[in-house]
Amino acid sequence: MLRKRIIPCLDIKNGKVVKGINFLGLTDIGEPVEYAKIYEEQCADEIVFLDITASYEERAIIKDIIEKGADMLRIPLTVGGGIRNIEDFREILKSGADKVSINSAAVKNPKLIKEASKEFGVQCVVVAIDGKRDEKGDFKVYIKGGRENTGLDLIEWAKKCEELGAGEILLTSMDADGTKKGYDIEMTKAVVDNVNIPVIASGGCGSIQDIVEVFKETNCDAALVASLFHYKEATIDEVKKELENNNISVRRINK
Amino acid sequence: MVVIVDYNVGNVKSVLNACKRVGIKASISRDINDIKCAKGIILPGVGSFPVAMENLKKYNLVQVLDERKENGTPILGICLGMQILFEKGFEIKETEGLKYLKGNVNLIKVTEKLPHMGWNQLFFNKKDKILKYISEQDDVYFVHSYMADFYSDELIAYTQYGNVKIPAIVRKDNVIGCQFHPEKSGEVGEKILKAWKEVIEC
Repeated sequence: MLRKRIIPCLDIKNGKVVKGINFLGLTDIGEPVEYAKIYEEQCADEIVFLDITASYEERAIIKDIIEKGADMLRIPLTVGGGIRNIEDFREILKSGADKVSINSAAVKNPKLIKEASKEFGVQCVVVAIDGKRDEKGDFKVYIKGGRENTGLDLIEWAKKCEELGAGEILLTSMDADGTKKGYDIEMTKAVVDNVNIPVIASGGCGSIQDIVEVFKETNCDAALVASLFHYKEATIDEVKKELENNNISVRRINK
Repeated sequence: MVVIVDYNVGNVKSVLNACKRVGIKASISRDINDIKCAKGIILPGVGSFPVAMENLKKYNLVQVLDERKENGTPILGICLGMQILFEKGFEIKETEGLKYLKGNVNLIKVTEKLPHMGWNQLFFNKKDKILKYISEQDDVYFVHSYMADFYSDELIAYTQYGNVKIPAIVRKDNVIGCQFHPEKSGEVGEKILKAWKEVIEC
């Protein structure tokens, strides 16, 4: 049976792991590759590196970190942040990433999804979508770290991504992100139920119970977790034990 | 020296790293002479079936691979590199494969999501040295939408996705294919490569 995945996400700024509250007020907390290795040992199913500054500050590719990460990790590595074109894609994959996540660039140029999936295969094209409720309460797609409303309908955009060749969707609820009040079940469900590719739920995780809930309430494939692990409030093994207790199928290494 | 064949199909570096970790001396190459004297050959691969075959032809590698297959050199195909070991692929268009293994490669027929992406368990069909260090139900990392036909005489291990049994490890003599990515499958993946190392050495 295909396992539900737990994916620690390392937001990286200037080569360090940071975790923001609603993408603001970033605090520096440590070396990305060290975290990644610890998480692998704790049975993380994949690792995500997100270069959170790259899309709006001067682009500094975190190639060096990717190379080190790819050397040390025995599990898949996804890298995102500031990827604008097919050349950036190639460069990130060449550095050793297994998947590339694109966000703003896909909105600006949806053909990039098609081009990249044709060239490198759908399995390495992850489209990251930042969803947020507008003043009417409709789900919309935001870009630039949640600062700009594109006006695109979230569900329509997710379907379009699938159609263009995305292999996976990384859905972050900007309403939930950084709040630690739990995943955005309503938004996650809305997307998961309308596409037939894997969806990673992201934003809002504050406890082990939140992870149990997102897998129980939605058919998402993976949960992205950041501060819960970075601040050592829980280990991945503890999370997986609790998921197993709730009859959710997960990979264990320390059975 | 093991040659990881570089035919422009994705992340070959992670395969090299994984080889290093288990003590397999390997290099990445598309040089015919390197392949001619390799102790073992790895065909890695992500991407699509037709592109993979086109590239092998473009770099003139089909003949040397055929020769090495015939003289018994251990060959390990990973993911797409496994799929092209079969007779034909039906991804995008009908394409002839290397034909080292019986059967074709078709889209996975499930109602579940595609790609089949993530960790899934191995079930054993047949005893084989490649399984020496792993146990039934160990998890390995898959990411693919196409699968090989299910012939039990060449089938070593499979996984279950929805209602479909997907060949995960296949073998005919010196030719072995893994549908999953051992280089991305943590300790279990390493154990499979370790067992393959012994296949090369004996």
